[in-house]
Amino acid sequence: MSAQASKEIKEPLFRITKRGSITAGKAWAIRGLALLGALLTGALLILLLGHNPFEVYASMISGAFGKKIAIQETVKLTIPLLITGIGLAFAFKMKFWNIGGEGQILMGGVAASAVAIYGTSLPHVPKLLLMATAAIVVGGLYGMIPALFKAKWGTNETLFTLMMNYIAIQFIMFLQYQPAWQEERTSFPKIRMLDASAYLPKVFGVHIGWIISLILVFVAYIYIAKTKHGYEISVVGDSPNTARYAGINVSRVLIRTMFLSAALCGLVGFLQVSGSDGTLTENTANGVGFTAITVAWLAKMNPFAMVLVSLFIAVLERGSSSIQTSHGIPSSAASLLTGIILFFMLGCEFFINYRLVHRGKKGEN
Amino acid sequence: MLFLRFLEEEKLLDNQAKYAIEMRNVTKTFGSVVANHNVNLDLREGEILALLGENGSGKTTLMNMLSGIYFPDSGEIHVHGKEVSIRAPKDAFDLGIGMIHQHFKLVDVLTAAENIVLGLPGGVRINRKALSEKIREISSRYGFDIDPDKKVYNMSVSEKQTVEIIKVLYRGADILILDEPTAVLTPQETDKLFRILKAMKKDGKAIIIITHKMNEVLSVSDRVTILRKGEYIATVNTAEADKQSLTDMMVGHSVSLSIDRPVVEKKECRLSVRNLTCLSEDNVPAIRDVSFDAMGGEILGIAGIAGSGQKELCETLAGLYPAQPGSSIVFHRPEGGDEELVGHTAAELQKNGINISLAFVPEDRLGMGLVASLDMVDNLMLRTYRDHSGPFVDRKAAADVATRLVKELEIVIPGIHTPIRRLSGGNVQKVLLGREIEGNPHILVVAYPVRGLDINSSYTVYNLLNEQKKKGVSVIFIGEDLDVLMEISDHVMVLCGGEVSGIVDPRTTTKEEIGMMMVHVDNDRKENQA
Repeated sequence: MSAQASKEIKEPLFRITKRGSITAGKAWAIRGLALLGALLTGALLILLLGHNPFEVYASMISGAFGKKIAIQETVKLTIPLLITGIGLAFAFKMKFWNIGGEGQILMGGVAASAVAIYGTSLPHVPKLLLMATAAIVVGGLYGMIPALFKAKWGTNETLFTLMMNYIAIQFIMFLQYQPAWQEERTSFPKIRMLDASAYLPKVFGVHIGWIISLILVFVAYIYIAKTKHGYEISVVGDSPNTARYAGINVSRVLIRTMFLSAALCGLVGFLQVSGSDGTLTENTANGVGFTAITVAWLAKMNPFAMVLVSLFIAVLERGSSSIQTSHGIPSSAASLLTGIILFFMLGCEFFINYRLVHRGKKGEN
Repeated sequence: MLFLRFLEEEKLLDNQAKYAIEMRNVTKTFGSVVANHNVNLDLREGEILALLGENGSGKTTLMNMLSGIYFPDSGEIHVHGKEVSIRAPKDAFDLGIGMIHQHFKLVDVLTAAENIVLGLPGGVRINRKALSEKIREISSRYGFDIDPDKKVYNMSVSEKQTVEIIKVLYRGADILILDEPTAVLTPQETDKLFRILKAMKKDGKAIIIITHKMNEVLSVSDRVTILRKGEYIATVNTAEADKQSLTDMMVGHSVSLSIDRPVVEKKECRLSVRNLTCLSEDNVPAIRDVSFDAMGGEILGIAGIAGSGQKELCETLAGLYPAQPGSSIVFHRPEGGDEELVGHTAAELQKNGINISLAFVPEDRLGMGLVASLDMVDNLMLRTYRDHSGPFVDRKAAADVATRLVKELEIVIPGIHTPIRRLSGGNVQKVLLGREIEGNPHILVVAYPVRGLDINSSYTVYNLLNEQKKKGVSVIFIGEDLDVLMEISDHVMVLCGGEVSGIVDPRTTTKEEIGMMMVHVDNDRKENQA
C-alpha cells in the first residue's frame, strides 16, 4: 500500500516560493510585462470585436490627453479618486477595512448641498467654506459610527461600512422627493441644480479641487509618517495588543482615524457637488468609494504613488468612454478592457512577492 | 557463484531495509533564507534518534519535509529503502510517518477515541466498542494511561499529548516524529513519556525526537544528529557523547554552561502582591489568591507548567489585565511612597510615570512587545514617543538610542531602519529587552525571555538580567526551563493551576520537589510557610 502510493506521487509542476527581496528595477520590469500582457489580451478582445487594436488604444490615449478639454476631464476624474484613496488608506493602515467610502462621499455631498439649499443668501466664499466644513464633519461622523460600534462591541467593520453605503443612497432618494430640495414649481424627483454661488472657482479650467488634492497628498504624508497620530495608526494596525501594552488608547485611535478617513471622503462629496456636478444625485459617488480601494492598494498606501495610480485609472476610464464614441465599442466591452488592464496590474504584484519554480529546475541546486 | 550473489543482494536489501528514513542532501530555502542546506539524516528501525540544534537551526523545517508540510527544493528522501516524494500530510500518513506537533491539533469537545478516528475513512457510524478495544490494546502494549471516553477539554496537557501519540499509532505509523514533546511537561511526565518511547522502540518503531535540552538527549536517545544554522554537523552515538561535547557541536564553539547568581547586599521590597485574583475570559479564576513580595536586587523565578496563570500574572502586573476586587499590588517607590496599581489601566499608569518604573518583556514579543512591521527606531520610541510636546514624533533621539543599543547589545541588524520582523529571535529579544532596560525600571518582568534564543543570546539575556539585579532592580523571571530558573533565581515561586504552591530557595530545594509543586498544591506546606 505504502509503496504503491509513493509511486503515484510526483513532484508538483510548479511550486510557489516567496521572494526574499527584489530590486526596484526587476519589480518595474514585472509591472511593464504585466502591462504588455494586459494590452495583448485586450488586443485579442478588440480583434474579436472587429477593430484594429492599435487604433483603439491610440483613441484611448487621445481620449484622455488629446485635447485640452480631454485633459481637464481626466483631471476631474482623478481628484475624487485621489482624495478618497488617501482617506481610505488612513483606515487601511490601521487594518480597518473601510469599504463605505461611497456612503461617506454621499453624506458629505448631502451636507454640502443642504448648506447650499437652505443657505442661499450666504455670500460666495463663506458659503463654500461652510459647505466644505459641513461635508467634512458629516462625512466623518457617518464613518465614525462603524468605528464606535467596533470599539465598543467588536462589530465587523467591513459589513457595517458596506451596508451604510446603501443607507446613504436611499437617503438621497428620499431627499429627491422633498419639495424643499426639488426644482421650484416641479415635483419631479430630482434634487435641483445649486446656485452658481455654490460652485467652486476654477484654475486652468478645472475646479480648485485639484489644488486641494495635491495639498492633501503632502499633508497626509506628513500626518502618517511624522506625527504621533500617524505613529499610533501604524502601531494599532500592526498589533492592537502592542498598542495596549504601550498604553495607547486603541478605541480612541480607531475612532479618531476613522473620522479622518471618512471626513476626506465627505470632502470628496463636497467637491463633486460643488465643483463637478453642480447638484446631488444618487450617482454623485459613482463607484469612487470602491475604485479608490484599488487606488490605495495599488499605491501601497503611499500618497505620492496614489497621484499616479488615480491618474492611471482616470485615464483608463476616460479612454474607455472615448472608444465608445470613436469606434462604437459597447460600454460593457470598454469596461471589460479596463478590467483586464487592472486585473493584470493587480495580479503582477503577486509575482513581485512570489516566484514560481518549475520542477525541472530541481537538479540545478 | 550465482547463489552467493543472490545472498549478497539479499544482504544488501537487508541493510537498506534497516533504515526507516534516509534523507540525502536535502535543501530547503524560504526566499533568501536557507533553512536546510544539504542535510543528511538516517533513522534506523527500532531506534530513538535525537535531532539536536538550537532554535532556527532547521530541525522543524527538516521534519516538516518528512510530514508533508514542506516540499524540499532538492535532495532525496528514502523511506524503508524506497525513494519517495512526500507532497502532502496524507502522503506521509500513507508511508507510515506520523508527526506529533508542539501545538496539539485536537478537537476539544470530542473524546479521546473520537479524536483518534477523526478524518479516517470508514462508515458514518463509529464502532465504539471495537475502537475502544483497539485503543486499549495500543495503550497496554506501550504503557499509555488513557481513558478513551474522556473529553479532550477535561484533559491535562500530558493526556492530550498521549492522545496525539495514540492517534498516530492508530493510523499505523511506524515512524514517529515528536517536536519538542517535553516543553509542556513536568519532570515526572517527561520520565513517563520516555518510558513509553523506549517501549515503542523495543517494538521496532523508529522515533525522532526534536529537542534542545541536553539532559533529555542523553537519557532517551540512541544516536544524536546535530544541525547548526541549517547545516548538517554530525551524527554521534549517545553513549559516546556528553553534555559539553554536544553543546560545542551545536553551538560551533566552546561555551561555558554555568549561569551566575551574584549576591546583592542591599535589598528593598519593591512590589507587594496580596490576594491577587483574576478571571480568565471564561470567567473562571486564571490566578487565585496569589501573594508574594518582589525584592530589589533579587531575581524571583516563577515556575509552573505552561498555562498555570503565568501570562495573566504578568499582564496584571503590567496593568493589561483586570484584577478582581480585593486584590492588591503595591509598588514601593525607592524614594519613598507607595502606589496601588490595581484598578489602573496601562494607559493610566503610563500617564503617572509608573509604567516606566515597571518594565515588561512579554511572552509574545512581536505580538505584544514590539511592532513587527516597524523598524527598530519606531519600536524603541513605543514607550516614550509621548514624552515631548507637539504633534510630531522625535525619531532623532530614538535613532541615537538605537545606534547605541545595536553596539552595546551586539544586535545583528542590517540597519536601524529594517523592519523588526526580519530579525532573528535573539535579536528581536535584544531590541525588546534593550528598550525596556533603557527606561531605567525599578521592576523588570520578563516572560520566557530565552524562548527561541540560541545559547549565546540566552547567556547575553541572563547577563543583562543579572546586571539589572545588581543595579537594585527587582527582576521577575517567568521561565520554562527549571534548570535555568534554579540556577539564576534567588527565590522560585511555583504556580499550579493559578495558585501559588510555594516559594522556595532554589539552593536548598531539588528539581523533583519543585516538579511535585508544579502539579500539586500542598495546603499544609503553604500554611507552614506562612
